[in-house]
Amino acid sequence: MIGEAARARLGDAVRETRAEHGIEVLLVHPARVTDVLRFLRDDPALAFVMLLDVTATDGIQLGWPERFRVAYHLYSMVRNERVRVIANLPEAKPELPSAFGMWKSADWLERETYDQYGIVFTGHPNLVRLLNHKDFAGHPLRKDYDIKKGQWLSEPDDLMDQLEKARAGLLADY
Amino acid sequence: MGLETLLENAVVTTRLDAAIKWGRKNSLWPMPFGTACCAIEFMGVVSSMFDISRFGAEMVRFSPRQSDLLLVAGTISYKQAPILRRIYEQMCEPKWVIAMGACTSGGAFYDNYCTLQGIDKMIPVDIYVPGCPPRPEAVLDGILKLQQKIDRERVAR
Repeated sequence: MIGEAARARLGDAVRETRAEHGIEVLLVHPARVTDVLRFLRDDPALAFVMLLDVTATDGIQLGWPERFRVAYHLYSMVRNERVRVIANLPEAKPELPSAFGMWKSADWLERETYDQYGIVFTGHPNLVRLLNHKDFAGHPLRKDYDIKKGQWLSEPDDLMDQLEKARAGLLADY
Repeated sequence: MGLETLLENAVVTTRLDAAIKWGRKNSLWPMPFGTACCAIEFMGVVSSMFDISRFGAEMVRFSPRQSDLLLVAGTISYKQAPILRRIYEQMCEPKWVIAMGACTSGGAFYDNYCTLQGIDKMIPVDIYVPGCPPRPEAVLDGILKLQQKIDRERVAR
């Protein structure tokens, strides 16, 4: 029902809809993911105003035609309902437009997804690692990363540059 | 009124070595480097039920420059490891380290990309206290073991 409404409005931006575990899932065209998210948020009958989660799955061992799947979880307080928006991304260019402009919560969620999976969110003003340290190479939640391979950090990560950026107004809404 | 009034004009003789060690081991000032559940358990060690002050170690300092016992309580990640090292380096000699719990002793079940597999990869450790988290009695046992260790050290040169 949500998927049909989105498809009626946005056409082939919504590739496929289905229901999983009682949640409607919208498979969308990666380049148009923000259009779909904006529609779901701003349509008064839907009002999915809350971005709960942004995360990814690495399908390298699952034989998917495209390696990564990014999932957005939205919640509508009006409907007391959740919806999942997913987009498949190829290994060669795992890129998506950022939802930073729509939700502040997208900031850290997208940074985490970038950090752990290497998904690039274009238009994010501060796409740097969130959980792993600055000297870390690779993306640990990718299935081809050796899970036991730790990486040393020689100097403590300094957050002062982030604070100074925020003070200078370079990071919107910090 | 100080100690000298009790002693009046008496003279106590001892070895310098013994006097210094007696002072050191019975007045450990711990600095808790608490990052996880072990730090909660350490609160129990300090409070009245178990009472770490029975062993002279109740002066918990949150500055490495004022303490001589670094009590590392909780999981240490690779991101935290250089911070722990800096804290250790900021402590004055003589100093001792207790690794409290399974995480600090060897990484515990966090055998993964982000967890340091034991703090002895980064700083020297004197006493390892097993447990997840250890019972307060185990921590007190660790402190007693450390006191024995201090007693075996050579002080006078």
